[in-house]
Amino acid sequence: MLTITQALYDRIVEHARADHPDEACGVVAGPEGGGRPERFIPMLNAARSPTFYEFDSTDLLKLYREMDDRDEEPVVIYHSHTATEAYPSRTDISYANEPGAHYVLVSTADTDGSGPFQFRSFRIVDGEVTEEEVKVVPAY
Amino acid sequence: MAIEVRIPTILRTYTDGQKAVEGSGATLDELFKDLETRHAGIRERLVDDKGELRRFVNVYLNDEDVRFLGGIATELGDGDSVTILPAVAGGAV
Repeated sequence: MLTITQALYDRIVEHARADHPDEACGVVAGPEGGGRPERFIPMLNAARSPTFYEFDSTDLLKLYREMDDRDEEPVVIYHSHTATEAYPSRTDISYANEPGAHYVLVSTADTDGSGPFQFRSFRIVDGEVTEEEVKVVPAY
Repeated sequence: MAIEVRIPTILRTYTDGQKAVEGSGATLDELFKDLETRHAGIRERLVDDKGELRRFVNVYLNDEDVRFLGGIATELGDGDSVTILPAVAGGAV
Protein backbone atom coordinates (compact mmCIF):
# COMPACT_ATOMS: atom_id res chain seq x y z
CA MET A 1 0.00 0.00 0.00
CA LEU A 2 1.13 3.53 -0.74
CA THR A 3 0.36 6.07 1.96
CA ILE A 4 0.80 9.64 0.76
CA THR A 5 -0.27 13.05 2.00
CA GLN A 6 -2.98 15.01 0.24
CA ALA A 7 -0.45 17.80 -0.39
CA LEU A 8 1.99 15.49 -2.23
CA TYR A 9 -0.85 13.85 -4.12
CA ASP A 10 -2.03 17.28 -5.27
CA ARG A 11 1.45 18.31 -6.40
CA ILE A 12 1.85 15.20 -8.55
CA VAL A 13 -1.56 15.81 -10.14
CA GLU A 14 -0.77 19.51 -10.69
CA HIS A 15 2.51 18.65 -12.38
CA ALA A 16 0.82 16.11 -14.66
CA ARG A 17 -1.90 18.63 -15.57
CA ALA A 18 0.62 21.41 -16.20
CA ASP A 19 2.74 19.34 -18.60
CA HIS A 20 -0.19 17.81 -20.49
CA PRO A 21 -0.14 16.87 -23.40
CA ASP A 22 3.48 15.85 -22.67
CA GLU A 23 4.20 13.24 -20.06
CA ALA A 24 5.29 14.60 -16.69
CA CYS A 25 7.68 12.74 -14.41
CA GLY A 26 9.35 13.03 -11.05
CA VAL A 27 10.22 11.51 -7.71
CA VAL A 28 9.07 11.78 -4.14
CA ALA A 29 12.07 10.97 -2.00
CA GLY A 30 11.98 9.80 1.59
CA PRO A 31 14.34 8.56 4.30
CA GLU A 32 16.08 5.33 3.32
CA GLY A 33 14.23 2.25 4.50
CA GLY A 34 11.30 4.23 5.85
CA GLY A 35 8.97 3.89 2.88
CA ARG A 36 7.45 7.30 3.48
CA PRO A 37 7.35 9.77 0.59
CA GLU A 38 8.29 13.26 1.80
CA ARG A 39 10.29 15.41 -0.60
CA PHE A 40 8.61 16.28 -3.90
CA ILE A 41 11.09 16.55 -6.79
CA PRO A 42 9.53 17.28 -10.19
CA MET A 43 11.87 16.29 -13.00
CA LEU A 44 12.22 17.55 -16.52
CA ASN A 45 11.04 15.11 -19.17
CA ALA A 46 14.09 15.19 -21.44
CA ALA A 47 12.05 13.43 -24.14
CA ARG A 48 9.33 16.17 -24.08
CA SER A 49 6.93 13.69 -25.57
CA PRO A 50 3.27 12.75 -25.15
CA THR A 51 4.21 9.06 -25.21
CA PHE A 52 7.63 8.83 -23.56
CA TYR A 53 9.52 10.18 -20.60
CA GLU A 54 13.13 10.07 -19.53
CA PHE A 55 14.88 11.98 -16.75
CA ASP A 56 17.65 14.15 -18.17
CA SER A 57 20.94 12.32 -17.52
CA THR A 58 22.68 15.24 -15.78
CA ASP A 59 19.63 15.86 -13.58
CA LEU A 60 19.51 12.15 -12.81
CA LEU A 61 23.07 12.15 -11.46
CA LYS A 62 22.36 15.26 -9.42
CA LEU A 63 19.18 13.70 -8.03
CA TYR A 64 20.87 10.47 -6.93
CA ARG A 65 23.86 12.30 -5.44
CA GLU A 66 21.54 14.51 -3.47
CA MET A 67 19.45 11.58 -2.21
CA ASP A 68 22.65 9.76 -1.29
CA ASP A 69 23.93 12.74 0.71
CA ARG A 70 20.61 13.01 2.55
CA ASP A 71 20.24 9.23 3.12
CA GLU A 72 17.12 9.21 1.00
CA GLU A 73 15.73 6.88 -1.61
CA PRO A 74 13.17 7.34 -4.39
CA VAL A 75 10.05 6.19 -2.51
CA VAL A 76 7.71 7.22 -5.33
CA ILE A 77 8.60 7.46 -9.02
CA TYR A 78 5.70 9.05 -10.88
CA HIS A 79 4.80 9.81 -14.44
CA SER A 80 1.71 10.58 -16.45
CA HIS A 81 0.02 8.95 -19.37
CA THR A 82 -1.71 11.60 -21.38
CA ALA A 83 -4.03 9.61 -23.63
CA THR A 84 -4.20 6.17 -22.05
CA GLU A 85 -5.06 4.63 -18.70
CA ALA A 86 -2.84 4.88 -15.65
CA TYR A 87 -1.41 1.39 -15.97
CA PRO A 88 2.26 0.49 -16.63
CA SER A 89 2.98 -0.04 -20.32
CA ARG A 90 5.43 -2.58 -21.63
CA THR A 91 8.01 0.23 -21.85
CA ASP A 92 7.37 1.23 -18.23
CA ILE A 93 7.89 -2.35 -17.12
CA SER A 94 11.09 -2.95 -19.07
CA TYR A 95 12.75 0.24 -17.74
CA ALA A 96 11.56 -0.13 -14.15
CA ASN A 97 14.83 -0.39 -12.22
CA GLU A 98 13.81 0.48 -8.68
CA PRO A 99 12.21 -2.61 -7.15
CA GLY A 100 11.76 -0.79 -3.85
CA ALA A 101 9.82 2.14 -5.31
CA HIS A 102 6.11 2.77 -5.69
CA TYR A 103 5.52 3.49 -9.36
CA VAL A 104 2.73 6.04 -9.47
CA LEU A 105 0.91 6.59 -12.74
CA VAL A 106 -1.60 9.30 -13.32
CA SER A 107 -3.68 9.67 -16.43
CA THR A 108 -4.55 13.08 -17.76
CA ALA A 109 -6.72 11.51 -20.45
CA ASP A 110 -9.86 12.30 -18.44
CA THR A 111 -10.17 15.65 -20.16
CA ASP A 112 -11.10 13.71 -23.30
CA GLY A 113 -14.12 12.16 -21.59
CA SER A 114 -12.59 8.78 -20.78
CA GLY A 115 -13.71 8.78 -17.18
CA PRO A 116 -12.55 10.15 -13.86
CA PHE A 117 -8.98 11.21 -13.16
CA GLN A 118 -6.78 8.22 -12.42
CA PHE A 119 -4.05 8.06 -9.78
CA ARG A 120 -2.75 4.53 -9.29
CA SER A 121 0.27 2.91 -7.70
CA PHE A 122 2.21 -0.22 -8.61
CA ARG A 123 5.20 -2.27 -7.63
CA ILE A 124 7.27 -3.39 -10.58
CA VAL A 125 9.73 -6.14 -9.70
CA ASP A 126 11.50 -8.37 -12.24
CA GLY A 127 8.98 -7.44 -14.91
CA GLU A 128 6.02 -8.27 -12.68
CA VAL A 129 3.40 -5.60 -11.98
CA THR A 130 1.36 -5.56 -8.79
CA GLU A 131 -1.18 -2.83 -8.19
CA GLU A 132 -1.49 -1.58 -4.64
CA GLU A 133 -3.96 0.50 -2.69
CA VAL A 134 -3.37 4.25 -2.46
CA LYS A 135 -4.23 5.79 0.90
CA VAL A 136 -4.32 9.58 0.91
CA VAL A 137 -3.94 11.08 4.38
CA PRO A 138 -4.06 14.69 5.64
CA ALA A 139 -0.60 14.28 7.28
CA TYR A 140 1.75 11.52 8.49
CA MET B 1 45.02 1.99 -11.14
CA ALA B 2 42.17 2.14 -8.69
CA ILE B 3 38.86 3.46 -9.88
CA GLU B 4 35.85 3.71 -7.63
CA VAL B 5 32.65 2.44 -9.22
CA ARG B 6 29.31 3.37 -7.70
CA ILE B 7 26.72 0.65 -8.17
CA PRO B 8 22.95 1.30 -8.38
CA THR B 9 20.55 -0.68 -6.18
CA ILE B 10 19.35 -2.86 -9.05
CA LEU B 11 22.90 -4.13 -9.76
CA ARG B 12 23.98 -4.73 -6.17
CA THR B 13 23.01 -8.37 -6.51
CA TYR B 14 26.29 -8.66 -8.44
CA THR B 15 28.35 -6.91 -5.75
CA ASP B 16 27.11 -8.66 -2.60
CA GLY B 17 25.06 -5.58 -1.78
CA GLN B 18 28.02 -3.20 -1.91
CA LYS B 19 27.22 0.37 -2.99
CA ALA B 20 30.68 0.90 -4.41
CA VAL B 21 33.44 -1.38 -5.63
CA GLU B 22 36.93 -0.86 -6.96
CA GLY B 23 38.15 -1.72 -10.40
CA SER B 24 40.90 -0.97 -12.85
CA GLY B 25 41.33 -0.26 -16.52
CA ALA B 26 42.64 2.38 -18.89
CA THR B 27 39.20 2.70 -20.51
CA LEU B 28 35.61 2.15 -19.47
CA ASP B 29 35.57 -1.00 -21.59
CA GLU B 30 38.55 -2.41 -19.70
CA LEU B 31 37.04 -1.40 -16.38
CA PHE B 32 33.81 -3.29 -17.12
CA LYS B 33 35.78 -6.36 -18.20
CA ASP B 34 37.76 -6.13 -14.97
CA LEU B 35 34.55 -5.86 -12.92
CA GLU B 36 33.19 -8.92 -14.70
CA THR B 37 36.05 -11.05 -13.34
CA ARG B 38 34.86 -10.44 -9.77
CA HIS B 39 31.19 -9.69 -10.34
CA ALA B 40 30.10 -12.18 -12.98
CA GLY B 41 27.10 -11.07 -14.99
CA ILE B 42 27.40 -7.35 -14.38
CA ARG B 43 28.97 -6.51 -17.75
CA GLU B 44 26.03 -7.86 -19.70
CA ARG B 45 23.77 -5.42 -17.86
CA LEU B 46 25.94 -2.50 -18.99
CA VAL B 47 26.94 -3.26 -22.56
CA ASP B 48 25.08 -4.87 -25.46
CA ASP B 49 26.29 -7.73 -27.65
CA LYS B 50 28.10 -5.25 -29.90
CA GLY B 51 30.11 -4.07 -26.92
CA GLU B 52 28.42 -0.64 -26.81
CA LEU B 53 26.87 0.94 -23.75
CA ARG B 54 23.23 0.01 -23.35
CA ARG B 55 20.88 2.82 -24.29
CA PHE B 56 19.10 2.98 -20.94
CA VAL B 57 22.13 2.75 -18.69
CA ASN B 58 23.81 6.02 -17.80
CA VAL B 59 27.49 5.96 -16.92
CA TYR B 60 29.27 8.99 -15.55
CA LEU B 61 32.97 9.66 -15.27
CA ASN B 62 33.23 11.91 -12.26
CA ASP B 63 30.34 14.32 -13.10
CA GLU B 64 30.16 13.84 -16.83
CA ASP B 65 27.92 11.48 -18.83
CA VAL B 66 30.37 9.32 -20.81
CA ARG B 67 28.15 9.67 -23.89
CA PHE B 68 29.55 13.20 -24.12
CA LEU B 69 33.09 11.87 -23.66
CA GLY B 70 34.27 8.75 -25.45
CA GLY B 71 31.42 6.35 -24.66
CA ILE B 72 32.69 2.85 -23.90
CA ALA B 73 36.20 3.94 -25.03
CA THR B 74 36.35 6.80 -22.50
CA GLU B 75 39.80 6.94 -20.95
CA LEU B 76 40.12 6.59 -17.21
CA GLY B 77 42.81 7.64 -14.78
CA ASP B 78 43.85 6.70 -11.28
CA GLY B 79 41.49 8.12 -8.69
CA ASP B 80 38.60 8.61 -11.11
CA SER B 81 35.11 7.82 -9.98
CA VAL B 82 32.60 6.07 -12.21
CA THR B 83 28.87 6.15 -11.39
CA ILE B 84 26.36 3.80 -12.99
CA LEU B 85 22.68 4.78 -12.97
CA PRO B 86 19.91 3.11 -14.91
CA ALA B 87 17.80 5.63 -16.82
CA VAL B 88 14.49 6.52 -15.25
CA ALA B 89 12.31 6.24 -18.30
CA GLY B 90 9.09 4.83 -19.68
CA GLY B 91 5.98 5.96 -21.41
CA ALA B 92 2.61 5.10 -22.76
CA VAL B 93 3.80 3.01 -25.71
